[in-house]
Amino acid sequence: MFTFTTLKQRSGNNMEIPKSFLGYKRENGRAGTRNHVIILPVDDISNACAEAVANNIKGTVALPHSYGRLQFGADLELHFRTMIGTGCNPNVAAVIVIGIEPKWTKKIVDGIAKTGKPVEGFHIERTGDIGTTMKASKKAQEYVMWASEKQREECPMSDLWISVKCGESDTTSGLAANPTVGNLMDKLEPMGVHLCFGETSELTGAEKVCATRGATPEASDKFMKTWNSYNDFILKEATDDLSESQPTAGNIAGGLTTIEEKAFGNFQKIGNCKFIDVLEPAEEPTKGKGLYFMDTSSAAAECVTLQAAAGFNIHLFPTGQGNIVGNPIEPVVKLTANPLTVKGMGEHIDCDVSKILTREMNMSQAGDELIKTTLRVANGRLTCAEALGHKEFVMTKLYRSA
Amino acid sequence: MATDIIIHDKKDNVGVVVIEKITPKQDCACWIMEDDSSVNIQSIDEIPLGHKIAMIDLNEGDTILKYGHDIGKVVKSIKKGEHVHVHNVKTKKW
Repeated sequence: MFTFTTLKQRSGNNMEIPKSFLGYKRENGRAGTRNHVIILPVDDISNACAEAVANNIKGTVALPHSYGRLQFGADLELHFRTMIGTGCNPNVAAVIVIGIEPKWTKKIVDGIAKTGKPVEGFHIERTGDIGTTMKASKKAQEYVMWASEKQREECPMSDLWISVKCGESDTTSGLAANPTVGNLMDKLEPMGVHLCFGETSELTGAEKVCATRGATPEASDKFMKTWNSYNDFILKEATDDLSESQPTAGNIAGGLTTIEEKAFGNFQKIGNCKFIDVLEPAEEPTKGKGLYFMDTSSAAAECVTLQAAAGFNIHLFPTGQGNIVGNPIEPVVKLTANPLTVKGMGEHIDCDVSKILTREMNMSQAGDELIKTTLRVANGRLTCAEALGHKEFVMTKLYRSA
Repeated sequence: MATDIIIHDKKDNVGVVVIEKITPKQDCACWIMEDDSSVNIQSIDEIPLGHKIAMIDLNEGDTILKYGHDIGKVVKSIKKGEHVHVHNVKTKKW
């Protein structure tokens, strides 16, 4: 039966929100929604060894990537912050770090060790891939068997750190999927969760409106400085009108015409929340519960990788045309309101909110559905991206190496 | 009556098609989310799901309003009921 939706109903609450989820308690007091043992290469040339270890020891996951040599300055700092942050994420039980030489390897091991979780580093020089693979595999086996005995325990909702990013957006994203995430934020923020949105460049056109959502004048100023700096960089590097990049070809096929339209749709994800601080890429929030903005690229895998490295333990990803991204350590929950996407590629969609468009579902009901899905995933249900093997781990590189 | 087009804000001069497509000369039911009101419009073009329709006549240089905000400028005049997209609207940013 068709129900007439009123504004009051849309902002109202239909469901009693659970107070807890089942997570893995970590040594530093954080809680994980997953229990991974990761094999983390420091640099590109250590990928082969890391992957060999993960192949030897079942239940571990290697995180190969493309960088880590000859980087310097802010770019090198970001590399270390992402590496260490990934190891520190509470979804990770234990870490094997493998690098070509001992110094940078040790720096990452020491950074992760501060959480109190098991971590050990191995370097390849003087030993070679085969000897290192053997030594690291023995330790990885010990870790994975230890981690396999960890049990999920009841954790308060405030142990959820939820990051959000949208991708392959279309107009249904701004109409329904993104406001559904906003509805979830409005309902979960008072329960003390940490929240994070990013995508600096994809707020272009909505940047002034977004700045007014800073909880303090300092947060608003910091946001505008961050956006201006990113925009200056884009204008400096742009060789054409960016019409092939922003909006993307997928966005345009879905009906999005300009970056401004995309930005206002994007912005619906934060509901009525205000952001308390602006984070550097991969920076861990330190001002307690609430919403944070992180300076990130708008490319899906780069953004999620940075948010996971900042300690976020579950990700919500609204899509229009059907982005399929996943992450090796942070489960990525996908939702869409586009009925053609649900029909054509339903194996990628964890939460279908297309009934908002036919007005058979209001925004508050959609928000409740997303909360239910999020909690099932937090409790251990695999996401579509996990079941399909999506493990996109993409480091952000700021500029050329020395 | 089912909703064919959703409009975010009362100020908006475009709406979004939310059925698989609308055909030329279709009488469409539009729902305005902001105040839960309804209006009707007759289409000129075929417009697919997710794409925008002009709710009023628009001239070159006019501003497209969606979410109650400026999302770009008209570069080729658009009649009420026509398809609004990259062929007649451009960003004011990049």
